[in-house]
Amino acid sequence: MFNYIIKRILSLIPVLFIVSIAIFLLIHITPGDPASIILGIDASQEQIDELRQQLGLDLPVYEQYIRWILGVFQGDFGTSYFSNEPVTTSIIEHLKPTISLAILAQIITIIIAIPLGIAAANRRGTVADQSIMGVSLLGMSIPSFLLGLFLILFFGVKLGWLPVAGYQPLEAGFFTHLKYLIMPAISLGAIQAALVARMTRTSMLEVLNTNYIKTAQAKGVKNRSIVYKHALRNAFLPILTVIGQTFGILIAGAVVTETIFNIPGIGQLIINSVERRDYAVIQGVVLFVTLSYVFINLVIDLLYGLIDPRVRLDND
Amino acid sequence: MGTVESNVGLTSVKQKLKKEQRQLFFKRLISNKLMVTGGMTILFLMIVTLIGPFLVSHDPYEMVVQDRLQAPSAEHLLGTDEFGRDLLSRIIHGSKVTMGVGFSVAAITSLLGMIIGLYASYYRFLDHILMRICDGLMSIPAILLGIALMAALGPNTKNVIIALSIVFTPHVARVIRSAAIVVREQTYIEAMKAQGASTWRIIWGHMMPNTISPLVVQATFIFADAIITEAALSFLGAGVPAPDPSWGNILYDGKLVIFNAWWMTVFPGIMIVLSVLGLNLLGDGLRDLIDPHTNQGKK
Repeated sequence: MFNYIIKRILSLIPVLFIVSIAIFLLIHITPGDPASIILGIDASQEQIDELRQQLGLDLPVYEQYIRWILGVFQGDFGTSYFSNEPVTTSIIEHLKPTISLAILAQIITIIIAIPLGIAAANRRGTVADQSIMGVSLLGMSIPSFLLGLFLILFFGVKLGWLPVAGYQPLEAGFFTHLKYLIMPAISLGAIQAALVARMTRTSMLEVLNTNYIKTAQAKGVKNRSIVYKHALRNAFLPILTVIGQTFGILIAGAVVTETIFNIPGIGQLIINSVERRDYAVIQGVVLFVTLSYVFINLVIDLLYGLIDPRVRLDND
Repeated sequence: MGTVESNVGLTSVKQKLKKEQRQLFFKRLISNKLMVTGGMTILFLMIVTLIGPFLVSHDPYEMVVQDRLQAPSAEHLLGTDEFGRDLLSRIIHGSKVTMGVGFSVAAITSLLGMIIGLYASYYRFLDHILMRICDGLMSIPAILLGIALMAALGPNTKNVIIALSIVFTPHVARVIRSAAIVVREQTYIEAMKAQGASTWRIIWGHMMPNTISPLVVQATFIFADAIITEAALSFLGAGVPAPDPSWGNILYDGKLVIFNAWWMTVFPGIMIVLSVLGLNLLGDGLRDLIDPHTNQGKK
């Protein structure tokens, strides 16, 4: 197990290296000089030179990269051009709503997807199965921001049941918090649920076709017990992987959803920075989200190895 | 006696085969029906995109202030926006932008992904470098990479195509590589090498044709992903800039007036869902046709 963990972590190094270079180079593909873009067309050459020096843009590219990446290792994601605030501080300020949203969305995904997936697998080929799969196909074709807009239109504007936008922190009371987050969470979670339900169904069907399940059926074990006790446990590994992967997608998807619902999370931070052309914040946030994404997948992979000995034995 | 018995056996086997073939045909028909529906939807949208702009009676840029935010009527079939522009003609002109971006991205990523994937599968040293780069790019969430690239390149339609091509090329390269690696291990490739065939001929004459079918499937899904991502970017204000219509920035305008004009959210939304659903159905159907194995788990 120890070898497996080490191996898995080491395999991340080249990927993270490429990620950091790609994100770092973003600022250098900008047509024109970032310093003059930040200052606008009215700036004098002196002001531009001063800012270039201040931002370290006058150094050779590799030196800039080294300075930046060493900072990242120390938790310093750079300094905002606009507010002069450390990017790390801004990220932390904006992190809570995004995490709240992602967790709630994930809960919604699981509540919808797993029972439906199991039900579909259990009733394979029936009208119920086909309807569930049909709805999930439709769900996979609706981008979550679009579902968000439709929800606003129906529950916010037409019925007036829920606030159309805004955010209240958990401190304002759990139900207030929930009232503002439920629509964005559904719009994110329902779309992921389509994917997870499909995966659950496929995975359950595979297990239900194995010999030990047939043996259990032949022995006369109750269907309920077969499905939940024998099959679900073994079918759960691929489901867990998909859930882990969708958690990353949720965090990224939250970017757009937050903008629609005006939630002050990571998404709003990056969109505001795009408007201000604050490249330091854009770089910092993209790197931060990617690192979290990679880290979550790592944890899922390790969990996978912990639950299923076959995984780590194959890799040793 | 022996022949008669074996004949009987043969007939029953034949009958069984026929029955199985019928079942298989029926199964395919069902999956094809969905695929045909998807294909027809896309064909319809393509026709709308190509000839629609000539058929609409209103200029998509013409502002008529006294007509602003009108509900759908005989004059404006889908209503008007906050500047009094006709929504139907904006959506139809927008399909030129959105479908155009989707199609261009699918075409560019197919070409680049194929070159990268083929050469990576052929040369081991290239494989390591190129695939790590792909892994790296793929681990940055697509929408975030798109936003960052658009922020760097500046918002215009050409840059949306460039940004999305950078985002999605690694996905194609991965698929092509795994298909090509299987081919590379075949005996006939080895035989060709022994005969002294040129690398160019092996890669483009013999490995490339074997990657076409997975490529077509992948390109269909990327077409759909590109439509979604373009819509999201334009909706966020980091994509196709105003006043050019795209489904995404019509939605953006619609969000501002969501309390007064449901039609500005619903109609472009339906277009996005239709196109993505059509492409997903088409892609699923094509995949099942090419690789019957994927069918079994799902069906």
